[in-house]
Parts: sequence; structure tokens; C-alpha cells
Amino acid sequence: MEFFLISMLNGVTYGLLLFMLSSGLTLIFSMMGVLNFAHASFYMLGAYFAYQISVKIGFWPALVIAPLAVGAIGMLVERYGLRKVHKYGHVPELLFTFGLAYLIEEAVHLIWGRSAVDYRVPAELSGSLFKIYGTAFPEYRGFMMLVSVLMLVSLYLVLTRTRIGLVIQAALTHPDTVEALGHNVPRVFMLVFGGGCALAGLAGVIGGNALVTEPGMALSLGAIMFVVVVLGGLGSLAGAFIASLLIGLLQTFAVGFDGSLGRLFAPLGISFPSGTFLGELWGLTISSAAPVLPYVLMVLMLIFRPRGLLGTRDV
Amino acid sequence: MSAGANLGTTIRFRPLNVGRYFLWGSFALVLAVLPLFFSAGFAITMMSQMGIFIIAALAYNMLLGETGLLSFGHAVYTGLGSYFAIHALNWIAAGTLPLPVALVPLVGGLFGLLFGLLFGYIITKKAGTTFAMITLGIGEMVFAASLMFPSFFGGEGGISANRVVGKPFLGITYGPAIQVYYLIALWTFVAMIAMFALTRTPLGRVANAVRDNPERAEFIGYNTHIVRFLMFALSGFFAGIAGGLSAINFEIVSAESVGAQRSGGMLLAAYIGGVGVFFGPVIGAIIFTFFLVAMSNMTKAWLLYLGLFFMAIVMFAPGGIASVILMNLRVWKAGFMNRLWKPYAALASAGVIALGGFVAIVEMTYKLSDSGGGGAFSVFGIPIDLAKPLSWIVAGLVLAVGGFLYRRAWVAMKREWDDIQSILAERAT
Amino acid sequence: MMPRALRSLAVAAALAAASFAANAQQVLKIAYIDPLSGPFANVGEAGLKQFQYLADQVNQKNLAGGVKFEVVGFDNKTSPQESLNVLKKVIDSGIRYIMQGNGSSVAIALSDAVQKHNERNPGKELVYLNYAAVDPVLTNEKCHFHHFRFDANSDMKMEALTTFLAQDKNIKKVYLINQNYSFGQAVTKAAKADLARKRPDIQIVGDDLHPLGQVKDFAPYVAKIKASGADTVITGNWGTDMTLLVKAAKDAGLNVNFYTYYGGGLGSVAAMGDSAIGKVKQITEWHANVPTKDTDRMVNEFKKKNPDLDYYYGRAGTLMFMLAQAVKQAKSTEPNAVAKALSGMKMETELGQVEMRAADHQMIQPLYISTLQKQASKGGPKEVKYDADNSGLGFATDARIEAYVSAQPTSCNMKKP
Repeated sequence: MEFFLISMLNGVTYGLLLFMLSSGLTLIFSMMGVLNFAHASFYMLGAYFAYQISVKIGFWPALVIAPLAVGAIGMLVERYGLRKVHKYGHVPELLFTFGLAYLIEEAVHLIWGRSAVDYRVPAELSGSLFKIYGTAFPEYRGFMMLVSVLMLVSLYLVLTRTRIGLVIQAALTHPDTVEALGHNVPRVFMLVFGGGCALAGLAGVIGGNALVTEPGMALSLGAIMFVVVVLGGLGSLAGAFIASLLIGLLQTFAVGFDGSLGRLFAPLGISFPSGTFLGELWGLTISSAAPVLPYVLMVLMLIFRPRGLLGTRDV
Repeated sequence: MSAGANLGTTIRFRPLNVGRYFLWGSFALVLAVLPLFFSAGFAITMMSQMGIFIIAALAYNMLLGETGLLSFGHAVYTGLGSYFAIHALNWIAAGTLPLPVALVPLVGGLFGLLFGLLFGYIITKKAGTTFAMITLGIGEMVFAASLMFPSFFGGEGGISANRVVGKPFLGITYGPAIQVYYLIALWTFVAMIAMFALTRTPLGRVANAVRDNPERAEFIGYNTHIVRFLMFALSGFFAGIAGGLSAINFEIVSAESVGAQRSGGMLLAAYIGGVGVFFGPVIGAIIFTFFLVAMSNMTKAWLLYLGLFFMAIVMFAPGGIASVILMNLRVWKAGFMNRLWKPYAALASAGVIALGGFVAIVEMTYKLSDSGGGGAFSVFGIPIDLAKPLSWIVAGLVLAVGGFLYRRAWVAMKREWDDIQSILAERAT
Repeated sequence: MMPRALRSLAVAAALAAASFAANAQQVLKIAYIDPLSGPFANVGEAGLKQFQYLADQVNQKNLAGGVKFEVVGFDNKTSPQESLNVLKKVIDSGIRYIMQGNGSSVAIALSDAVQKHNERNPGKELVYLNYAAVDPVLTNEKCHFHHFRFDANSDMKMEALTTFLAQDKNIKKVYLINQNYSFGQAVTKAAKADLARKRPDIQIVGDDLHPLGQVKDFAPYVAKIKASGADTVITGNWGTDMTLLVKAAKDAGLNVNFYTYYGGGLGSVAAMGDSAIGKVKQITEWHANVPTKDTDRMVNEFKKKNPDLDYYYGRAGTLMFMLAQAVKQAKSTEPNAVAKALSGMKMETELGQVEMRAADHQMIQPLYISTLQKQASKGGPKEVKYDADNSGLGFATDARIEAYVSAQPTSCNMKKP
């Protein structure tokens, strides 16, 4: 029970962080068809901006300014880069973001150096919220949950209750019709791209100090976000939400299980000597394979249900 | 999103096809005489790697260019090919496998084919993003596995072997790098011809049809899944040959060879060169290897240059370098090149000036970020003091002037170019 | 195939040419092959600066008998294959000495390539000075005459670590968490074996291997450690895998000591910050707060020159000074002669006697266990004079482990020329 509750909490916080990252990506991906390889780079930019601002003026202003700055950069990238490439098709668009990820990483190296920077959790939030079976639950994790839930709610409200939100939703499914109705779809694209980047930036602001702010942080999260988006289904924020929580919980709980094929088959007397390939496969525990499980899940999902959990069309 | 639908048709330039034998013959000649001109050990390894990477990039392009399949995990097949090839070398050394070293790449190829068949059947059911994402996932899984199962993959240190095994054949031991180069050159030549021939078979043609319009291909009776599957497996075979050659060249295979960076490299190389032309990836492979192997020894900013170069290609020459060459060949053939020499020369000289200013600023910034302020260094014998604003102003001015001239030259060139193109279009009708 | 006589003539000519070149210039170039671009460039860059500084020291004091040292940097991007390319370039440029440290995968590839090169090109031998790659195989199964390791290997470090740990009677339950690759697996194995030998009463309550660099959230692992009731964690993790683990432990209020290999790794102290104070211990051959005189001077001088960097590798000094002594003793810069002098060489350092063991070319040296504390100027213990990563945190010695304690038997069967 103790393990279950703590893992539940850990899984949900991690899942919510993943959701913040992937919500922007899923918007961009489903609307523009662009697999934005630089999305995690915008997350990194958010963290570095927040570090710089929090050193100068403080964490709370950074919480607002950094995502806006990242969003602005995102819009510039869309306006002067992606839009030019758009006419050549999706592959060049994707490759453009691929190259962009290189550039952002090098820029971060140049400006902030190659080691981790000391971006800290603000003093107001560094205590513990409550204790559960002797394990402290940090205030900051609570704050992370709060921010991501707030973000989910406001995103939902913007998309369903505002005019621009309705246009975006329509453009997700019927871009041509929306264009025919006289809406400036390229501008909507720019807004969505900028907005998506801003969300990634926000995730960077609150994820950067909970984890580590260093130039490799983009690379380490890049692939897992695609898993979330694909798993959740195209164009579905709700799907991305469920997929994020699912992956968060899956990874957290898998760590707790020491089961392996060897143990499973032990009663049947099937075993292999250690030091051989099969022996190693037999001895591989679920816990040590935990971080790879999302990819297994993704491949299986794509094979059996390519539209994802809540998607309405194939990826 | 359908990843490959818009890659366009295969660009071809008719008149040169007449001299195809001449072209292949001279290519073979170039392969044979290159080491006479570049005989340093480093040059030989670099050329060997270019050969290996040419096979890999062409194999990759069988998917992207020919069949319209975007893969993010093709290093799985080169890498697994490498692993089996290096094990084969060790088995030869132990006397359990009677095989000459020269045929070891075939072992890599066969296992590349095997894994291509194994994974390919399921993942080629879908094209487009589904396919791309599955390859990404499989790539990550194989990479993780390569660290988890040290008995086969050798863990962090990888598997090493000695290529000087078995009886020397005509005095060839494969000890000296030059002998390995010729082995690689031979394999590159053979594999290139085989892959080129494949584009001319019915399968190659149908693959193009599946790329351009899968529904139509399906309607006229082709099973698109099977076509993709066959192309995928064959691509795995050639990728495996490249992997086997790299096992012989380096005599060590480690986890990086199945990693995502290697897969990304193949994509970059194929795209830089041009996926719409058969020889495009060859150019791309040569340039990419140069960046990776030689450029990184000259400057720390090589990643930045590579990224910028790549983005410039994506934005301004989406058909890759090969398409630029072909377009110019067409103009030349039509006898209009005399109108373009001057604008090209102006463009090139302005470009060199702008590039000089840009490179100076980039290098100075890198130096500055390393030394933590201040410091002096020299480029081509010109001493540069980073603390003095003058150095920055001069570099900035050079860049600005170069940029301005480039812009003007570009406009002039573009005018001529458009004019020529419209004349050509008129002639065609 | 050349006739034998002709071949030996050629070899003699090459040797003569080499020694002539050495006499003419009296400069010994050492190629430093480590990452100078990409994600690990900061580590490579810091090492290069330190070795170049030490080369200046050797030259100023004329330690190598008139020969000047020069360290030239080559970028290998931490990739084994790239390192082999770079090695070709090094050979082309006539450099006969290489050094490398980051990544055992690179080290094994390089060591292998050096061995093959030396076999295939007699008279053009290379010497490989390994300053940080700790995989035991390099001085066991894969040892050869031209490879020298100046760091203690991972088994030696574990021997020292467990010797210290065994004296602490408060330790009852130990948890092992490591990266799932050869080094992490070796740490796990050695820890189990050593503890069973020295303190059979200590319970190993957990043994986790997680994929290298893939875990973003260590909270679940911390929950597992907590649930196991462990009082001590042994980990070979480095980089973010270690800093994230320590931070997650602090967040969850987990009160255990971390016995680490790389707690003081470049950039790690800054990344862990205050969460590591008093909790993170490391095993190294030296740290800045070991009281010394000459090294102290160099630490200060180096900091003045490079305010952003630390004088990080104590063994770098040992390496350069020992190489200088070997060159002086051999009266030549010819690799075989220098390697012969290095093999079995003993040297007095400020930390005591060190020995390059002739049997396997493994440096036998005293080791230190230290704990992260606040710097003295920030209110920490008085002995913590210097901090790491300019973070205000530095290491304080817990124990010195004498050289003979950590020495391990070797399975090396070296062929000497």
C-alpha cells in the first residue's frame, strides 16, 4: 500500500510534466503535420530563460516572462523559417526542425556553457507539503501538478470557448474549409506554433529546476514526447493527457517490479546459464527495462491501433 | 501526414544516360586512383568511411527516395550487420567459420536482410508517419538492448576483432589500411551498381509508383505492403553490407553504431545530397563524412556549421545538391551557361566575403565562450584580440558588406536564371 | 613481402629518423584525444587545459632532461569510431604519445587500435597514457605493453570503498543502484563480492540497474530505496544519472549516505547543490582539500588562469611528472625506450609513493574517501579550503586508503618487446 500510494503520486507528477511538454507538440503536430523535432529544444530554452530571469529578478516573474519569450521565438521561427519550407512538404519541414534543434543546442552551449546551471527551486516552495508513510512529498511537486492542471483547464477553455479556439479546432480537422471561409490559416499556424512553443517553455520553467538544467536536457526528453503524442492519438489533447499519465504511471510502477522471464519460467524449470544472450534476457528485470517500456508500448499501439487512444484519424 | 508523398518524381537527365558506361567506368577509375593522390593515413580512412557511408546513404535512399518511406532507425540494420560481421571475424579467427575476410561484409548484409525481413513485415504495413514512428521506437529499443545484453553486444566496450586473420590471398592480409580501402572501394562499386540496377527493375519502378500514389498502385493490382516490405528488406541487406565493411575498417563495433545519431546521419546525408536523384546520396555521404571527420578537427563550431548548412539546403535547395547540379547541367546543355558565368562568379566572390565575416564572428564567439572573456588568437596568421572591439567591428563590417554584395549578386543572377528558364520552358512547348 | 634484411634496414632507418627528429627538436608531443565538441566538451576542455598547464610546469622546471612537452588537443566526440579516425590523424602528424580518459568504450577501442598498430608497424610504436578510463579489462584480459593506466580501476576503487565502509558498524543495509552497462554491472558485482567478504552481516536490500541516461524521474527509485529501509547507497552513476538521484532523494526526505565514484565529477557538485551536503561521498586518488604544498600552489595558479575551471585530476600531475622522469631516464623520446622506463617505475609524490606496476601497467596509489561539505569561507569545516565548480561546496577527507589495500591481482599476460 505504501509503495502503491507513493508510486501513484510520483507517477502522476511525472505524467503531468510530460503532458505539459506534449500538449504543445500535439497541437502543432496534429494541425500542421509537423513532427517538431525542436520541441524539446524550446523546453530547454524555457528552462535557461527562467534560470537567467530568476537570477536577475526572481522565479515568479520568470514563470510568466520565460514562456512568453519562448513563444515569441517560436512564432519567429514559424514565420521566417517553417513557412518558407511548408510548400516543399512535410519531410523538409521536419528536417528543418531537425536542424533547428542542432542550432539551439549549440547556441545554449555558447551562451550558458556546457555544464549544468544552478537553477534552483524558489525558497517559498522548497519545503515539504505533507508526509506519507515517512516519505516527504515536496511542495514543488504539488506546485508542478497545480500548474499543469491549471494549464490543462485554461487550454480547454481557450479551445472551446473562444473564437480563435474554435477556428483552431476547425483547422485541426478541416484546414481547407477553414481557409475557404476566409480565415487566415497561416496566421493561425503561426499562433499555434508559437503557443505550442510557449507551453514547452512553461514546462521548461517548472521542469528545469525540478530536474537538471543542462544542454543535454532536450535530447533526453525528445523522443519520449513523440511517444506520448502518438499514443494519445492525433489532434486529441485528452488523448495526450491520458497517454502522459499512462506513461508516467507505467514507468513509475515498472521500477518497483523485480520480476523477470527467469522468475516467470522458474517453476517450469526453464533456465539458461548466465553470460549467454538468453541468460541475460531471462535475467532482465522489468524494473531495469522500465525506461524502454514506452517505446514498446508505442510500437505495439502503432501496429494494432495506428490512430492512438483517442485519435480520430491514423497518425 | 504522408511522409514521402511530396518527394516528387525522379529527376533524370536523359542525354548523359547514353554515356552510362563511361560514367561508371570513370567512377571506378576515380576509386582506383584516389589513394595515389591522397596517401596519408588519415585521408585513406576518411575515403574508406566515405565509401561505407555511400552504401549506407544509398540503402537509406532506397526507402526515402525510391519508396517514400521516412525511417528514423536505419542504423539498426547497419549496426546489427556490423555486430554479426565482427562476430564472424572472431569466428574466422577461432577457426569455426571458413570464410575469407573479403566476404565478411556479406555476413553483415545477410543479417541486415534477415532483420529487415523480421521487422519489416510488420512495420511496412503502414507508410507515412506511422512507419516513421515505429522505426524510431524500434531504434530506441535496439539501442537500449545493445547496452543490456553484453554477451552479444559487448556492453560499453563493444566487440573488437582482428581483421588480419585467415590465409593471406595473393599477399593481401588486410593489415594495411590501403588494402582495406580497396576492399571497400570494390564493395562500394558493386553495391552501387546493384542498387542502381534495382531502380531499373519492375520492383524499383513499382516502388516509385507506391511512393507517388499508393492508392493507384493498389488499384492496378500491386500489393503496396509487399512492395514496401521487399524494398525495406533489400535496403536492410545493403545497409548490412555497409555495416560489415565498417566492422572490418574499424575492427570494433560498439553501441553507437545502432544509435539514433547514426540513423539521423543517414537521413541528413541522403537529404543534403538529394533524394530525388540516384547519385544524390553519394554526394551527401561525401559531404557529411567530410563534416564529421575532417571539419571537426579544424573547428569546434562544426556542429553549428553543419546545422546551418543543412538548414540552408532545406530552405533554398530542397531537392538537394544533386538537383542543383542537374538543373545547371540542363542550362549548360541548352547553351546558356555563357550568360550565367558572370553572375555566378559575382555570387561566389560575394559569398566568400560574407562567409569569411560570418566564420570570423562564429570562431571569435566560440573562443570567447571558452576562455571566459578576453584572449587572443590568430587566423591565417592574422592576430585577433578578442578584448578589442575593433576585431568585432571589422568582422561585422566584412559580413555586412559581403551580405549586401551577395544580395545584389543574387538578384542579378536570379533575373538571368528566370529568363533562361522561361526560354527553356517555351522551347519545350 | 620485403626480404628480411631489407626490412630490418628499413626499421633501422625509421628508428634513426625518429631519434634524429627527437634530437633536433627536443619536443615531445602528446595527443590529447577527448571530446572537445558536443555534450561532453566541457569535461574534455577542462582536462586539456589542465594537461597543458602541467606541460608548462614540466618545461619551466626542466623535468624531462631538456625535452619540452607539448599537449595537442584532438576532438573524438566521445565516440569510439571517431577516436580511431583521430588516431590516424595523430599518427599522420608524427605524434607517438596519446592520452585519453573519458569513456571506457573509447579507451578499449583506442587501446586495441594502438596494440594492432604497434604489431603491424614495428618501429613506429605508439604509447597510450590512460588517465581516467577505469574498466578493469584494460589492465587484465586486454592489457598490453604500450598501455599505461594512471587512475585506479573500478575494482580497486570498490575495494577501497568497501574497506572504509566495513569499519562503520552503523551500516546495516546497503542498496546498489547503477547504470545498466558494463561499468555499472562491474560496480554491482564488485560491491556484492567485497561486502560478502568483509562484512557478511551487511544486508544488500536492493540491486537496481537502470538504462544509461534514460531516467528522467528518479522518484520511483527513491521510493524503492526508502521502502527497502537501506541506510547506505552505493552507486557508480555519473552525470545526470547521479545528480538526479541525489536531488530526488533530498526531495523525498530520504536520509541515506551515497557512496559514489563520481560525486565530484565535473559539474556534478553544482548540479546537486545543497541537497548533497554531508550525504555524498566519493572515492578518488586526490581532491583539492588534501593538504599538500606544491599541488596546492598549482591549484591556486590554475584557478587564477582559468577562473571557470577547477584543477580536477590529481593523477594528471602524476602522469606528466612520471612521463618526464621516464624520458629523462631513457634519455630518449623513443616510445619503446620511454615505455620500458615507465614500466615498473616508482615515484615519490606529495601523497606518498606511487608505482606503475610492471605486471599490468596499472598505477598503484593511495586513495581518498571524502564527503561533500560547505566551503570553509561559507561556514563549513576549516579543512574545506577549495570548492568545486565554484559552487561554495567542496570535499573533506574521511579517510586515506593506503596503496597496498586497493591493489588487485591481475590476469594480465603481457608480451614485452
